[in-house]
Amino acid sequence: MKTITEARAKVSTGIAGFDEITSGGLPLGRTTLLVGGPGSGKTIFGVQFLKYGAEVCEQPGIFVAFEESPKRLIDNFRSFGWKLAELQDGKLFFLDAQPMPNMIQAGNFDLSGMLAALSAKIKQMSAVRIVFDALDVVLALLPDASARQMEMNRLHQWLLAHELTALITAKAGGDDTSSAGQPFGFMQFMVDCSVVLNHRVDLGVSQRNLRVQKYRGSSFNEDESPFVIGKNGFDVAMARSLGRADAKVSNERVSTGVDRLDTMLDGGYYRGASVLITGFPGTAKTTLSGAFAEACCKRGERTMFVSFDSDGSEVVRNLTSVGIHLARHVKSGCLRMVSARTFTGSAETLLVHIKTLAQEHEALCVIVDPVSALAKAGNELTAHAVAERLIDWSKGAGVTLVCTSLMDEISGDTQNRNPLQISTIADTWIHLSYLVQAGERNRGLSIIKSRGTAHSNQVRELILSKEGVTLADIYTAGGEVLMGTMRWEKESAARFANEVADVAAKLKRVSLDAEEAVLKVRAKSLETELVAKKVEKDLLVRTTQGRKQEKSGSQQRMRLLRGADVAKPEKAAKL
Amino acid sequence: MTHPDIFEFRLYTADDTLNSRQAIANLRSICDQYLAGRYKIEFVDVIKEPDRAMEDRIFLTPTLVKLSPYPVERIVGTLSQTNLVLQVLGLDELAA
Repeated sequence: MKTITEARAKVSTGIAGFDEITSGGLPLGRTTLLVGGPGSGKTIFGVQFLKYGAEVCEQPGIFVAFEESPKRLIDNFRSFGWKLAELQDGKLFFLDAQPMPNMIQAGNFDLSGMLAALSAKIKQMSAVRIVFDALDVVLALLPDASARQMEMNRLHQWLLAHELTALITAKAGGDDTSSAGQPFGFMQFMVDCSVVLNHRVDLGVSQRNLRVQKYRGSSFNEDESPFVIGKNGFDVAMARSLGRADAKVSNERVSTGVDRLDTMLDGGYYRGASVLITGFPGTAKTTLSGAFAEACCKRGERTMFVSFDSDGSEVVRNLTSVGIHLARHVKSGCLRMVSARTFTGSAETLLVHIKTLAQEHEALCVIVDPVSALAKAGNELTAHAVAERLIDWSKGAGVTLVCTSLMDEISGDTQNRNPLQISTIADTWIHLSYLVQAGERNRGLSIIKSRGTAHSNQVRELILSKEGVTLADIYTAGGEVLMGTMRWEKESAARFANEVADVAAKLKRVSLDAEEAVLKVRAKSLETELVAKKVEKDLLVRTTQGRKQEKSGSQQRMRLLRGADVAKPEKAAKL
Repeated sequence: MTHPDIFEFRLYTADDTLNSRQAIANLRSICDQYLAGRYKIEFVDVIKEPDRAMEDRIFLTPTLVKLSPYPVERIVGTLSQTNLVLQVLGLDELAA
């Protein structure tokens, strides 16, 4: 055995989710054991691993079929759209290793013949991947445990010598969790990686799970991960895969489709956020999500509306009555309505459906109405995890997700319960409620939380009209919230009071204006009087002076005339 | 009862292992004892001729194939259970 190098090199399986769980795939050049009950998907896993290698990784592979004829296998996988026959030309080889029906055993035997034949084939096509499907079939032919152990060991040594990345599948008994008692107990210890597939029925719903039991020299997700055999083969859901890259975070805001709600959320939802709208039946959850869908389509973003409650076309028709026109967006192909009522199967299957459709549609915004439908028909146990994965998926894909969730009316508690308990991981949680008051049932909207967003703490009244959806402020009076007609009454009373106050103010202004004018006039006349007085005073001063001069002048002249003081004529002239 | 037919055998073995040697020895002893003078054996070592193993779909070794007389029979193993081998070869009356 080689020693483990720093980082274990891995071989991608091409199976959605599995590579993430094992952080890369199967161990390169090592053997992996895949154990599962009948119909648990072992063969599909094996074939998908080889197909991916042959098609994508340029890694030719060999499929050793102990249980089914290659022809049947190829036929069966045609339903996944896999054209395996085309790959057979040097990239993928199916070895029909079914024991011959007329085979008789007499004495000991071993697998050397097959390994020799395979060695030659591997050399010929430079194969690097190999799958032994249903090894248990051939091991069962061996007479005793020690012979089985010897052959498993022979196979293992052979695989290591050829440095093949191998997958050995084997059927397991009912109990998949304990392996020590199984004939493959020995195998479990030998291989580098061991995966268990499990198929059970919970409350009438089929649930498939995959669990990595061991993986030498590598970290891996130890939990059971649900998987689905979808129309493209294996799809492993990964809820909490190790080292998952953080979702792309965007600061961009997208409109909710309701202006006032945008204001309440300080601009709208974040792009790529998960929004949960909860409420009782008829609280306009669908309407609110429809408004969002319309807003998305108006921005030209591809949108998918998954409706579990009613047909897509019904939703479109019903929303028209509140001014949300989706029909033209459906026509243009921007909006895809999905009637999910017809979907059956486990919550996991529904999720895969939604994911596949959204990917097909290249949707940027997805609406699931209601997400609580995942919990129906015996799916209660898994629905929570599935809903979480729906959110995880949408975040990873950068899809803005709006989910509605029905509140159980009987459960009573309105605010803090939600059947799927996904409210904790949703980014924005909007709650719609009824307020029954004065013989009316009115809709109230409140934002319970919105991460990373300044948001209003006010309850608003949600009003649906032909023109669309609007929010109105509600009135609180005497500690009571008023909505509907009572709000309207309160509003009109306030309006009337306002008008009265307005008129009074106007009157007051007019009278003040008049007083002001009077005062101004008075000020003007006083000013004029002041000027007159000044003139009068000036005149007075001047006349007094003139008289004084006159007086002194005449005295001088008199002195001159009298001939006195001859010596000072100049002085007199100066004066 | 006599068997006028010639028995044609092909014995596939893998390398010179214990199983291979046992199978060869057991086949020889059966032939010598019950089919003296009217048998042919072709020995194929699948390690040396892997393509033949692939073509003939010999995956378990040793494998004895009785090519004639009809019907073709395959016996897997070291042929240590002589009675069973004789039965399959239609030689059980001789063994009795």
